[in-house]
Amino acid sequence: MKFDISLLLPELFQILIILGLFVQTLMKPEAEDGKGFGVRWVPWAAAAGIAVSVYSLKLSGSLFWDTYQVDGLSQFFKMAVALGFAIASLNAVNTPTVKEAQRADYFLFFALSSFGLMLLASSAELITIYISLEIASYSLYAIIPLRGNDPQAAEAGIKYILFGAAATAVALFGLSYILASQNTTYLHVLATKPWSWSAAPMAVVGITLFMVGFFFKLALFPFHFWCPDVYDGTSNETAAFAATLPKLGAVVVLIRLVALLKPEIEIITVMAILSAASMTFGNLAALVQKDVKRILGYSSVAHAGYVLVGLVAASAAGLSAAGFYSLIYLLMNLTCFWVICSLSRDGKNLMLDDLNGLYQRAPYLAFILAVGAFALVGLPPTAGFIGKLFLLTAAWNRGYNWLIIIAALNTAISIYYYLNIVRHAYTHESEEGVQFQEPRCCSSVWGGVLAASLLILGVLPESVFHWMEAAARQIMP
Amino acid sequence: MTQTTAPILSILTFFPLAACFVLPFIKNEKTIRFFTFTVGIVEILLALPLFRFDITQPGYQFVEKYNWVPQWGLTYYLGMDGISLLMVLLTILLLPLCVMCSWNYISKRIKEFHFSLLMMTSACIGVFVALDLVLFYIFWEAMLVPMFLLIAVWGGPERRYASVKFFLYTLAGSTMLLVAFIALYKAGGTFSIPDLTAQTFPFRFQFWVFLAMALAFAIKVPMFPFHTWLPAAHVEAPTAGSVLLASILLKMGAYGFLRFCLPITPDASVYFAPMMIAISVASILYGGFVALGQKDMKKLIAYSSVAHMGFVTLGIFIFTIRGFEGALMVMLNHGITTGALFMLVGAIYERSHSREIVKNMGLGKYLPGYMFFFGLFALSSLGFPGTNSFVGEMLVLIGVFKASPWIGAIVIPGVMMGAAYMLRLGQKLAWGEPTQAKSWNDLSLREWGYLVPLAILVFYIGLAPGLTLKAIDPSLNRVLDRFAVKPKQAVVAVAPTADTQKSKVAGLFSLSR
Repeated sequence: MKFDISLLLPELFQILIILGLFVQTLMKPEAEDGKGFGVRWVPWAAAAGIAVSVYSLKLSGSLFWDTYQVDGLSQFFKMAVALGFAIASLNAVNTPTVKEAQRADYFLFFALSSFGLMLLASSAELITIYISLEIASYSLYAIIPLRGNDPQAAEAGIKYILFGAAATAVALFGLSYILASQNTTYLHVLATKPWSWSAAPMAVVGITLFMVGFFFKLALFPFHFWCPDVYDGTSNETAAFAATLPKLGAVVVLIRLVALLKPEIEIITVMAILSAASMTFGNLAALVQKDVKRILGYSSVAHAGYVLVGLVAASAAGLSAAGFYSLIYLLMNLTCFWVICSLSRDGKNLMLDDLNGLYQRAPYLAFILAVGAFALVGLPPTAGFIGKLFLLTAAWNRGYNWLIIIAALNTAISIYYYLNIVRHAYTHESEEGVQFQEPRCCSSVWGGVLAASLLILGVLPESVFHWMEAAARQIMP
Repeated sequence: MTQTTAPILSILTFFPLAACFVLPFIKNEKTIRFFTFTVGIVEILLALPLFRFDITQPGYQFVEKYNWVPQWGLTYYLGMDGISLLMVLLTILLLPLCVMCSWNYISKRIKEFHFSLLMMTSACIGVFVALDLVLFYIFWEAMLVPMFLLIAVWGGPERRYASVKFFLYTLAGSTMLLVAFIALYKAGGTFSIPDLTAQTFPFRFQFWVFLAMALAFAIKVPMFPFHTWLPAAHVEAPTAGSVLLASILLKMGAYGFLRFCLPITPDASVYFAPMMIAISVASILYGGFVALGQKDMKKLIAYSSVAHMGFVTLGIFIFTIRGFEGALMVMLNHGITTGALFMLVGAIYERSHSREIVKNMGLGKYLPGYMFFFGLFALSSLGFPGTNSFVGEMLVLIGVFKASPWIGAIVIPGVMMGAAYMLRLGQKLAWGEPTQAKSWNDLSLREWGYLVPLAILVFYIGLAPGLTLKAIDPSLNRVLDRFAVKPKQAVVAVAPTADTQKSKVAGLFSLSR
């Protein structure tokens, strides 16, 4: 077997960042006054990581005895992870909930989790998938409760670990069923086996249980219970990370499973039903929330349902739409979280009322928030619309038209709470005498870049979409 | 189709949007107003090349077509025919007038207001010239946000309720529109409107697509059971918002029927025509009745809009050339007349700070200029001969009577009610007692400035509608021709023969009973 180290460029670069952070954690912490260089280098390094991953988009090959597949799909998602890591770390550079001295450790976990997700994108064997998933998850287990002495954060941490452990156990249990009935864990061998209820019932049960582990990461109904509470309890910056990047990992694995196994009617039907339930439940539950992070939590439950529409389509078009949408989802959510983090005082949660009069205090942030919220609705000309259009178009006439209609109707439900965010920012006046966090000017600039990227992707989706499209054709001709 | 050298339609669509990006750099409030007004004037000048529009040609002109996202068959496809020409001209004309009528009315957040106004204009023009379903949908939805802001920020006391209701209603309607577009793409293999109109789809497919599209358009028009967002939105919106809402947004629903429902789903249109006629008639009668009882001037005009738009949909769904012409003329005239009436209500609101009729009585003696314009537009609104609305309503009625005298007989009271509520309003405003108008000033030069162009149009279209009709006839004939041919080819032949016409009337009666 030829070992071509250049195939691993994005991962190697991520390891460099991890090592840098690791050395920094061992060093004596700099002065507490915040004048030191600290972790400010990480976002820039991560930005270089984006460049590296874009450079390696075209790579393809197989490593480690076929357990590790480098192809268009994995490289696209590595780029998305690198992008998300860069934005999330830029967002967290000045996080008020973690002391200056501990930030290197905090970032180390961010970087490790991203590294795990990059591995996950390339894993082509069930046990490798499992191990990569754990690398990505364990770092998050550690940083979710990091919010001073807040009991809510502790609750969120425990919830995340317990739910995560249970979901992982279920996934492992499913893995054992697959192994028992199909006698292999290699995806490319599994692809040649039958996956229908009549031919291999045990394998169908196994793959469904195995997917549960990823539905949990994706916060799909009914595995979503951790999601709003964790967003609520953990610090804003951690929530921004936990809300976006792990979803990419889950989507890439699900895409790989769907593409290789070409699941038959049973599994697809389960996914279609879960998708419909997830978007409907998520949107309905979000209607009554007051905490912006909880709204985003339930909205991500709904979006998990939308992404699954592309998987239900089970075609190259559907898979590419799902992959593209998950990238857009990352950008939309990070845009909203960006505004939340810029506005929150001492890292406290942001209520809807805290947004009142935002157009006066910070007109640019108000605009950025509006773009993010309308993108989440799926309103043109934002990228949210074009992503949703691709998803729905791909899935039409694939036997699940009722799912498309439910998805379209859900847009109408969801508009209310997203519009509520915009309404508070634009039409409510702030009350007299309430102190607000003064947003820093660079937060408007970078937030503006995020909002602009959402608008540009909405108008010119082709520029990014063709990578994902090529990737999907590669794995599902 | 003619290919032109300069992309006129793109320029017209995106010039206001481009102007938006200059606004944040202007500090002075007056400069902002002047700037936006100038943008409006320049936009009108940019529209001059539209005079090259060949009115004898039925096809799309000034066509621009580029690939956009080839994987999904999305194209950037603009074009204009007689139907869209009038609507685009109306939209362009209204931008500077809206700036003028908001000169004093809007006193807070001026930059954002003009930003919304410009975005709105761009989106509206885009809706009328888009020939790709997705492009159309993008403009269609892009218009919601600025309109929402216009109502929610600069509106009256109930503005939050009204704005959210407006947004929810229209968005809920258009979600199914998107599904219909996707279904059309999968069935017809293209998002291009001209290509789709050339195809014939099975009746069952047409049935559902028609329903999905008609829901969105009926909400936008609005037709009778879906009209409840309109009075709320109109009453709360600022003057410019009301003008845009009445003059352009409502037309988009009717435009949708003409552009999508009839050409793409002709069989289903015939099948559903009795229902559509029934709810059109219901809109006319209901709108008229409710307008009779209003105390708020804006509400009265809002309900009169429901009635007028009922004429439009009625004209569309009787499938005669006179009906089509009439529908399009009512669309245009309602845009001119009702827009002017809303401007007048806004002008008197600046003086009395109330829209109640009883607070604005007896203006005739003290504000003769104002009352002249109000009387003129009120007469035009009720379809007085010699004014523009007469032409439209007359044509619709001719078409209706040709198709079925019975429907005509039911509609006539609607026309009479139009006279009743408008004359009542005009009378109270002119001679009502007691008056508070003693100290009010008559119209200023600025107010003359935005009313005169509309008044000229009232007379021009009223006295010499020939040119306008000539411009729209070829396009309408094209819709009607395809329409008359298509049903015969279809699987379920429901061609509009005398028999079906009779059964249509029968169906109508069973519905209205």
